[in-house]
Amino acid sequence: MIASRRGPSGPLPAWADVALLPLVNVALAFVIVGIIVRVIGVDPLQALRLLVLGAIGSSESIGYTLYYTTNFIFTGLAVAVAFHAGLFNIGGEGQAYLGGLGCGVAILALDGVLPAPLMIPVAIVAAALFGAAWAAVPACLQAWRGSHIVITTIMFNFLAAALMVYLMVNVLIAPGSMTPQSRTFADSASLPSMQQALSWIGIEVATSALNLSIVLAVLCCIGVWVFLWHTPWGYALRTMGHNPEAAVYAGTNLRHMTVLAMCLSGALAGFVGVNELMGVHHRIVLDFPAGYGFAGIAVALMGRSHPLGIALAALLFGALQQGGAELAFEIPTITREMVVVIQGLVILFSGALFNMPRPWLQVLFSHRRDGSGA
Amino acid sequence: MDEIVSYLLLTLAATLRVATPLVLCAMGGLFSEKSGIIDVGLEGKMLAAAFFAAAVSAVTGSAWLGVGAGILAAEALALLHGFACITHRGNQVVSGVALNILVAGLTVVLGTAWFNRGGQTPPLSSDQRLAPLFLPDAGDNILVYVALAVVPLTWWLIGRTRFGLRLRAVGEMPLAVDAAGISVSWLRYRAVLLCGLFAGLAGAYLSIAQNAGFSRDMTAGQGFIALAAIIFGKWRPFPTFGACLLFGLLDAVAIRLQGVRLPGLGEVPVQLIQALPYLLTVFLLAGFIGRAIAPRAAGVPYEKEH
Repeated sequence: MIASRRGPSGPLPAWADVALLPLVNVALAFVIVGIIVRVIGVDPLQALRLLVLGAIGSSESIGYTLYYTTNFIFTGLAVAVAFHAGLFNIGGEGQAYLGGLGCGVAILALDGVLPAPLMIPVAIVAAALFGAAWAAVPACLQAWRGSHIVITTIMFNFLAAALMVYLMVNVLIAPGSMTPQSRTFADSASLPSMQQALSWIGIEVATSALNLSIVLAVLCCIGVWVFLWHTPWGYALRTMGHNPEAAVYAGTNLRHMTVLAMCLSGALAGFVGVNELMGVHHRIVLDFPAGYGFAGIAVALMGRSHPLGIALAALLFGALQQGGAELAFEIPTITREMVVVIQGLVILFSGALFNMPRPWLQVLFSHRRDGSGA
Repeated sequence: MDEIVSYLLLTLAATLRVATPLVLCAMGGLFSEKSGIIDVGLEGKMLAAAFFAAAVSAVTGSAWLGVGAGILAAEALALLHGFACITHRGNQVVSGVALNILVAGLTVVLGTAWFNRGGQTPPLSSDQRLAPLFLPDAGDNILVYVALAVVPLTWWLIGRTRFGLRLRAVGEMPLAVDAAGISVSWLRYRAVLLCGLFAGLAGAYLSIAQNAGFSRDMTAGQGFIALAAIIFGKWRPFPTFGACLLFGLLDAVAIRLQGVRLPGLGEVPVQLIQALPYLLTVFLLAGFIGRAIAPRAAGVPYEKEH
């Protein structure tokens, strides 16, 4: 884990360590958010009410909330898998970008040939492969050449952005198009929207950007959980994260494990491309990762790097994203970037300042112990 | 002949203009990194400084108050970074990333709420900006000269003073510094404060000297290029300065090379030139161009033994 668990003195009860401390951290972040909202002259409670209403007030808004959640699950899992291996992958943004490129290129090449039942899996695999490849390079550079993965993945975000602009402007742009975007994908390459999928079984919901990618996201949560806690490779990966020397002693090849962890991480981030391009845009566009890669850090920290926690944190961030957009519409003084502020504060309090409230809780619990003992 | 000379001079001036924020930011980052505090938050410090400098300059009409506000904003973030990483021994990279994201959002949120221009500050008139001192065409405002002076100053402070010796020691082996009875925390706090000072100047330069106002995400990765320059300069002031000039030159040239065919190479994609600083840094870190070795204790929180 990225945050050190050592405190000054006195252990906390296990439940406080697992649940209470993270909640206190998130609560602190939201207190600061409330203060910022106050400073720009908006009533925080009123803002909260509009936000909740905007996130879950209608079938359509719930759809959008879940659509954003899908992206946050992918990038949150990506960061978490790397965390478990003791690696900090800041490159989710670039890996998501390349994942989109992968599925896009596969679709542009094959959508005239393959029927949907073949095209969609091929495109999903292509997204995973491209995302994994973009993460594999920094992983190999760290494993064999000793360059630090944090710096390299940062640099690879910028390289991915430059590469994509070049490709979209010069190579993949649709003939005759004025904007840098590819031609529209054929219908065989589009993921059914949730509205379509549910209408097959007779359930009517409002149209939104939500599509079947969320099923992939749920499968990824389960897959990551099984992999990390119920396979020998997952065990070796977590051992490396906790204690590399012990992992070596147990016979793990740290280089291979570093590359494996980063490839998994990159593949998960690459699935953002599936949700965005195959589910929503139906063509390759620029800038679709839109900060999801960085937000994944907040999701992973808040979800304590556990798939269940990540799913819940992603749901919260998805609701914030959707609710925030509605809130910005209702109150023009607040912009959607408020959500970015919240992400930053969550990373600060749940990550860098994780142990700050620990002494407070220790004091609280020692008082309680003394009280019950006397 | 005259044309070539004037072309070279113009390119040199353009290089210096682009390199100035990189130099200031990188020298700030050097102090922090040398003391063992990794700073991936340079980008955020610069962005916050750019915003507050432009905002205060627009409201008060004084460019100097703007510079002061920019420095204060960057120092506030530096203190927060220090509070998380030095006092609470949090993860330095996580803290830096958090501050970058926080600032990217907060500048737009505050900018929209205060000025109602989609995250931009009002355009600054020429007396609300730092004007060129001697050469109006070259844009040689005072911060360009400050940047040039900061390089030898950094070299002298880090390499030739007692403070610098201790700073380097605390970045290599904090235990030894602690054993000598010198406060590790106080040394590191001074380092991050120096970092905030220079990153603040860099941000102020962006919004009230190079440009006439703040626009969202106006740093556009320059904080990371400064970080790359530190690595490229192998954590030494003059080579870092050289890397900043090189990256500045690449940027200045990239604009001029757009659509130009070079003999033997064909058209060089402008994105490739823009990506070169990052690409070169990756190659350098991988040990393909010499070896860059970071201060040994960089990134490791110091825990005082009881």
